[in-house]
This record gives sequence, C-alpha cells and structure tokens, in this order.
Amino acid sequence: MASGIMDVIANALNLITSAFDAPTGAIIFGVPIDGHLMFEALLVMVIVFQLTKKSHKPPKKPLTEKEIDELCDEWVPEPLTSDSTEETMIEPPTLESAAGPHVIVDGKDVVNFASANYLGLVGNKNVIDSCVGSLEKYGVGSCGPRTFYGTMDVHLDCEARIAKFIGMPDCALYSYGFCTIFSVIPAFSKKGDIIVADEGVHWAVQNGLDLSRSTVFYFKHNDMKSLEAIFEKITSRIKEPEKVRRYIVVEAIYQNSGQIAPLNEIVRLKEKHKFRIILDESHSFGVLGNSGRGLAEYCGVPNEKIDIITAGMGNALATDGGLCTGSVGVVNHQRLMSSAYLFTASLPPYLASAAIGALEYLEANPSVLTKLRANIAFLLKELSDVSGLATVSHPLSPIIFLKLKKSTGSNKTDMHLLDSITNQVLKEHSVLIVTTKRSSLDKCPLPLGLRLFVSASHSESDLVKAAASLKKVAAVAFS
Amino acid sequence: MVRLPYTTALTTLFSYGLLFVFGQLRDFFRKLLGWIRKPKDQLKGYAPICLGLEDFYVRRLYLRIQDCFGRPIASAPDSWFDVVERCSNDNNKTLHRTEKTSRCLNLGSYNYLGFAAADEYCTPRVIQSLKEYSASTCSTRVEGGTTKLHVELEELVARFVGKEAAILFGMGYVTNSALIPCIIGKGGLIISDSLNHNSIVNGARGSGATVRVFQHNTPSHLEEVLREQIAEGQPRTHRPWKKIIVIVEGIYSMEGELCKLPEIIAVCKKYKAYTYLDEAHSIGAVGKSGRGVCELLGVDPADVDIMMGTFTKSFGSCGGYIAASKEIIQYLKFSCPAHLYATSMSPPAVQQVISAIKVILGEDGSSRGAQKLARIRENSNFFRSELQKMGFEVLGDNDSPVMPIMLYNPAKIPAFSRECLQQNVAVVTVAFPATPLLLARARICISASHTREDLIKALEVISKVGDLIGVKYFPAEPPKHLNQGHNKLE
Repeated sequence: MASGIMDVIANALNLITSAFDAPTGAIIFGVPIDGHLMFEALLVMVIVFQLTKKSHKPPKKPLTEKEIDELCDEWVPEPLTSDSTEETMIEPPTLESAAGPHVIVDGKDVVNFASANYLGLVGNKNVIDSCVGSLEKYGVGSCGPRTFYGTMDVHLDCEARIAKFIGMPDCALYSYGFCTIFSVIPAFSKKGDIIVADEGVHWAVQNGLDLSRSTVFYFKHNDMKSLEAIFEKITSRIKEPEKVRRYIVVEAIYQNSGQIAPLNEIVRLKEKHKFRIILDESHSFGVLGNSGRGLAEYCGVPNEKIDIITAGMGNALATDGGLCTGSVGVVNHQRLMSSAYLFTASLPPYLASAAIGALEYLEANPSVLTKLRANIAFLLKELSDVSGLATVSHPLSPIIFLKLKKSTGSNKTDMHLLDSITNQVLKEHSVLIVTTKRSSLDKCPLPLGLRLFVSASHSESDLVKAAASLKKVAAVAFS
Repeated sequence: MVRLPYTTALTTLFSYGLLFVFGQLRDFFRKLLGWIRKPKDQLKGYAPICLGLEDFYVRRLYLRIQDCFGRPIASAPDSWFDVVERCSNDNNKTLHRTEKTSRCLNLGSYNYLGFAAADEYCTPRVIQSLKEYSASTCSTRVEGGTTKLHVELEELVARFVGKEAAILFGMGYVTNSALIPCIIGKGGLIISDSLNHNSIVNGARGSGATVRVFQHNTPSHLEEVLREQIAEGQPRTHRPWKKIIVIVEGIYSMEGELCKLPEIIAVCKKYKAYTYLDEAHSIGAVGKSGRGVCELLGVDPADVDIMMGTFTKSFGSCGGYIAASKEIIQYLKFSCPAHLYATSMSPPAVQQVISAIKVILGEDGSSRGAQKLARIRENSNFFRSELQKMGFEVLGDNDSPVMPIMLYNPAKIPAFSRECLQQNVAVVTVAFPATPLLLARARICISASHTREDLIKALEVISKVGDLIGVKYFPAEPPKHLNQGHNKLE
C-alpha cells in the first residue's frame, strides 16, 4: 500500500521534474526558440502596452466665457491714489523774484536758505548776458535728442570745458540732473553684477540700483568698518572675478545728512577688492577743493583712480542738467547705452551757456570758495546751541543739517513738528529754511531734519538773522 | 502696418549676416592681438565694462555708420539750419569737428509748430523772465523752487488740455519713469502697448508691478489680455489684481500712427481699468486747436484718467506735465519723487511754454496760432500724399506730422543719409535697436515753419536719392504735380 502511494508520488515528482527539465520551446520558421524567451516576450508586450496607455488625468476645464464675464464684473479695483491726508495740504512758498540770497515771498523780503546757490551765481550779470545771447541765437529748446540733430556746438563746448575743468579726458552732458545717476548706473551694471551702496543715498540713486537689476548690498551710513566687512564677504563669495562687474556707489556730500564720504579710505578698499567707484558729486562739484574741482581734489586723490563721476548742475553751477565724466571708454559707452542720454531731448542750449559762464566765473574768482567756507563755519558756530536740534553735517558741507535731538517716535510726527518750526520761522522772522521731505517710495533709513543751504553771497547779517530766528522758534517749540 | 516682401527680407537678412560674419572675423583678430599685447596693469583683475558680445552691435555695425548720427548743428533747429561737418582719420571710429558748416533743410527736429527758433512773441518775454528769475532756482519744487510762473503754467496747462489740475516736471523722460512707480506698485498690473517708448518701459519696470504687453494698437487683443488677466489674477497666488493701468501713446514716434483711442477707452471702461495717455508727440501738433489726439478723435478728456505730455516737441521748450483730477495731482505733489527731489523747471523755459500756449490759443491777440495749426496739417498731408505717389513706403496716418519711410537694408541707411546731406537736406535714419532689426527706416518730421517751396525741394531730393538707392518699393503714379513744382522753382 505504502509503496503504491510512494510510487504515485514518485511518478508525479518525475513528471514535474521532467516537465521542468524538458526542453520547452517551439520551432518557429525553422529557428528554435526557448520557452522562457516566449514568456519574456509576453512580459515585454505587457509593459509596452502599459506604457503606451495615457495616465488618467482629471479633465481640464477652462473657464467658460460666461464665467470670465462674471469674474470681470465682480472685480473691483482700488482707487488710483490713496486719499489725501493733512500733509498734502501744505503749499510751498511761491517765489516772486530770483532765488538769490534774498527773495520776495508774498510781497515780503525773505532771507533765502532753501536754494542750493552755493557760489551765488543766481542773478550774476555775465551769466545772464551769455544766456540772452544763446536764447537769441538758438531759441529755448533743442527739439531733438543728441543723436538726431539735438547736439549743438554749445553742448560740445560745454562738455569740453567741464572735462578740462575737472581734469578728465571727456564728459557727457545730460539734460536733467535728477536722471543722470539713475541712468548711468543701469548703463554700466546689469543683472548678475554686484553693487555696494551707502544706505543713505538719495532716491535717484536707489531707483538706479533697482533698474540695474544687480545684486545690491548696503553698508551703514558712512561707516568704513561696515563697508570693509561687506567687501570681505563679497570677495570671498565670487567664483569668477573676471566676469562679474563690481561697483561701489557713494555720494560726495550726502543730501540726506550733510556728511562727506571719506574718499581716501574708500579708494584704498576698492583697489584692494577690485571694485569700480561711481561717485555722485551733485553737491560737492564747485564747492570742495581749493579750486572747486570736487571731492577728489579735496582728498588729494588723483583723477585716474575715480572711475565714474556724476553730478547734477542744478546746485553750485546755478543752471540745470547733469554731467558724467570718466575715462574715454566710460564716456563713449554712455553715449550709446545710457537711456536718459539717447531717448530724450538734449539740454536747452542757454543752460549749457550758463554752465560755461559759471565755470569761467569760478576759475576767475576762486576766492568765492573761501567766502563760502567762512559762511558755513560762522553759521555752524551760531547754530551750535539751538534747543532740541543738533547739527550733524560735516564742517565743510554747504548743506547744514539739523536733526532732532530726541525723535517723537515716527517720521510723520517728526515731519509735523519740523514743518511747524519752518512755517513759524518764515512767517514771523522772514527766513526760509526747509525740512527734508521723504517720498513714500524712498527707502532711506536716515532721520529727518532741517536743512539750510549756505551760499557765498549770504552776508553776515543774513546768517546772524537765520540763527537767531531759529533759536527763538526752537526754544518755544521744545520748551 | 508694414508689409515686408520676401525678397527684401531675404536681402536684408543676408546683409546683416554678412556684417555679422565680418564682425566676428575682426573680433577674432582683436582677441589674437589682445593675447600678444599685455593688458594694462591697472585694469588687471577688473571685469571689463562690456563682456563678450554685449557691445558687438556697437563696435562692428554702428561705428561704421557713426557719421549719420549725432550730427552737431551751429544754429537754432528751425526749418533751415547749419550742420557742422565732421571728419574722421580712422574710418569712422572717432569723429572730429571742423569749422565748416553747411546750410541744410531740417527734416529731423521735433519742431511741429515752429517755436524752435526765436519767436517774435515768445522770445522777448523769455528774456524778460530770465532777467527776473535767472536761469535756475537751484531748488526743488517743494522747497524754494516754486515761482509764480510755475503756478501760472500749471493752471494754463490744465485749462488747455481740459482736465482739472496739472503738475509740471523738468524733463519728459523723468515724468514717466518717476510717475508710474507712484501710482502703481506690487500687486498691480500694467498693460502697455508693444511699441511704447523707453521711458514708459523704465517706469513700468521700476514700479514693481507685473507688466503685460498687447499687440500694437489692437483693441481686440487688449480686450483678450484684460479678460484673461482679470480671470487669472496675480501670478502664482491668483489673488485679484489691486488695479490695472493701460498705457498707450497718442502718436507713436517710430510709426507715425495715431492711437485708436475711442476703442481702447471703451474697452478700458468696460473692464474698469485705468488709462494713461502719453501725448509727447501729439499735444499741440494735432487737433483743430492743438489739444492733441483727444480733440482729433473726439474723446472726452474726462474719460482718460491720466494725461501726460512734454513741452519739447510742439512748444519749443523742455519739460513735461501730468494732467488729471485734483485728488491725483494733490497726491502726486506729496509723494512723487520727481516733484520732491528734482530741481524745478528752469523759469525761462516755463515762460516759453506759457507764451507758446497763449499763441496757440490765440490769447496773444493774433491768429498766428490758428495759422500754424492749419499749416502743419496741410504740410503733413501734402508731403505724405506726394511721397506715396512717388512710390515710397510711408507709414503713419493722415494728419500725423511724423512720417517714416521704410528702407529695410542696412546699407541703405547710410546711403540715404549721406546722399541727402550732400544735397543739403538733413534727414534722420533709425535702425536697430530703436526699431526691429529688419525694419530700418528714415523718419521725417514736418514743421509748421516749412514753406511749400521747402517741401517741394525736399521731395525732389528724396525722390532722386530714392531712385539712386532703390527704396521706391511701390509702383509710382505719374508725377503731374511735381512737374508744375519744377517749373515754379526754375
């Protein structure tokens, strides 16, 4: 019995092993194919079938026209501008005569500390005569951009004159001082480049930095240690220094604080780390240095070390427009790549004549700079003991900046307080001084304050009157 | 619209290709020489200002024809002026002024109403204001730079344009680039025409808002873009847009076309988008009384939210303005950086605009304004129709004083410019990057100070030069009028 079952099991096992060992396969078209190959072929066909089937995606339902109509009807836009608040109601004073050291406002004679007329050229007879000649010859506007018959011989003369004055090989003239810097920066620095800028630069520089799309690092206002730390950080991170352009942007005299940039230190650092410097000399051109050539002359730095100098001519030169100088390569590059040079009408010719006249005056009368410096020193001394306000500007800066000793907490209330002081000073004492204004788009973190623009044509009695009136009003406001 | 025939496109591409190949060859040799000569020590370690191919176009293409651009002049940009001749010793790389000048007919300056030179009504008043207020106020508008003249001009501009209030800026370019960031920011949408001016593009970029472009002067595409954008919302978050502004120009300076303003305003009103109209070239030059495209096309100025314009073209001065409702202008006076930080407009320039507007409105007691407006319309229409009859491809609409003549091939650009200058006609030629690569053109700007004889002489010269270099792409009509003109001159 047991052997019978054993036999059956043995037979079954034999059958199974023989089935495994049996040579499987068929002979197709005279070619022997093993069985496992057919099985694998079947598997491959299943895989291919699965791959070619599309995966199930939920059906895409684009919005129907009716739904878009509903969305468009429902959408409510914000008003174009926010509601005006109390601040917007303050009207600036309307001048009724030239903006010299004395000006007429509302029929009264007022001492004017609101115009950046540093060399006293507003009202200068020679300059006005050359402008009249220019107006009669060329008319007012130039009616065309520089590339399309807007270049007049006056422009070329002006550029040559300015270049000779500063000591650079060439100069490019822009038609408006404000747009010079925010057009120069994007012309030289593009996406992927690196810019290091002072945090106290004014709005036009900030706009230029935004438009250039470069990576921007800010260092603490006029703080060389902060600048050095940032330089070290950047230089250690750059992998290909020959392909990344690096710039440092500073102002010679900062509009927002009256400080002067320490150019010697900056040049030393920039040469060590291979940066190029863009220097905005709007308020120092015609003011600093023994002959008024600007910050480089004052600090004793040779011109070749400064790569790009820009300046607005609406200050010391008492005209309008802007300039940008540098090496020949720098200036030529701008003439072809700078948007505010190419896509806009050129400077009115009479303003270019005024600039030439201003430079001639400055070269013939360098003593005007000594007078300006004496005025600044005198006024600073007089303002050293005003209650509630402290002078923070550099002793050589023609912008005297007074900030609140103790801030009220917010920019808005600070501005209120300062505005009330300037209003009172104007109404009761006939002296025109101004508060720094901050646009809502401005990112500058420096505090607000009062500004006095000192001119070489202010007399001592003007300065005494200004200081005395400010002291009186401040004493009442901060008591 | 431009119809570019295939043969012309092929030849133009071939020319550019050839120039490109030669340029690359020269670059290759420059690199070789650069390895042989050592670089200057002081520039070692610095990245060069222009890397690689960034300035290829400038170095290899533009510099060859540099003498056609930037020609200096030695007199006022009136209908006839003195062009200073320049010479070059190194094949156009650098150009030097000479003392010689030649008297040429001016077809390039933006002098639409003829206020460019000294004018009998405007100039004495400008000189008077110069003596009174000096050349500059050296201060910003909000500090000590607002004079009586500025206040007067703002009221006058608002009255002229037909809006409630206006604000002045010292430069037209700055008006756009410093204003757009003020009225729109992140979370907003700007839809601008594809051929808008560089200042608008810069302003839109600087604002931080999302920018979309619609096909040039096509209100139906604008509607498509608006519907799509409102339905989608902001990118990625799909929140609804804070506000939408559509920016168009009155006359497009490279095409000479008028904007399709009534249709665009209708679309914007339907979808509650704000409109911004840049009338740099059209204010003072078109319209029965010079009030711009709104008057010409019959659009009510109250339907346009913000109207911008410049004083450079029709008023012979400098600067720009914005005209809008009282609330918007008040807001701008408080927050626009160009108003708070920039030197105020020069007082003599302000006086020039005041006098020019008074002449245009007839408030100076004469009819010179109406005469000028009629003359520029006549001149533009006459010139355009004659050019078209001669077989030139001229762009632009009727009544527009800007007329581009298509050239296409790069070699025709300097040929046209130099040949015309030899015959004492000064024209402006425009190529890449101001226009698309294949569509180079010569642009004529007509002025009210051109007389009929001036125009006939210009037509003669352009016709001769056109035959010489082969830019008469269309069949010409038999020249009946011109023969009469010939006889008149002889």
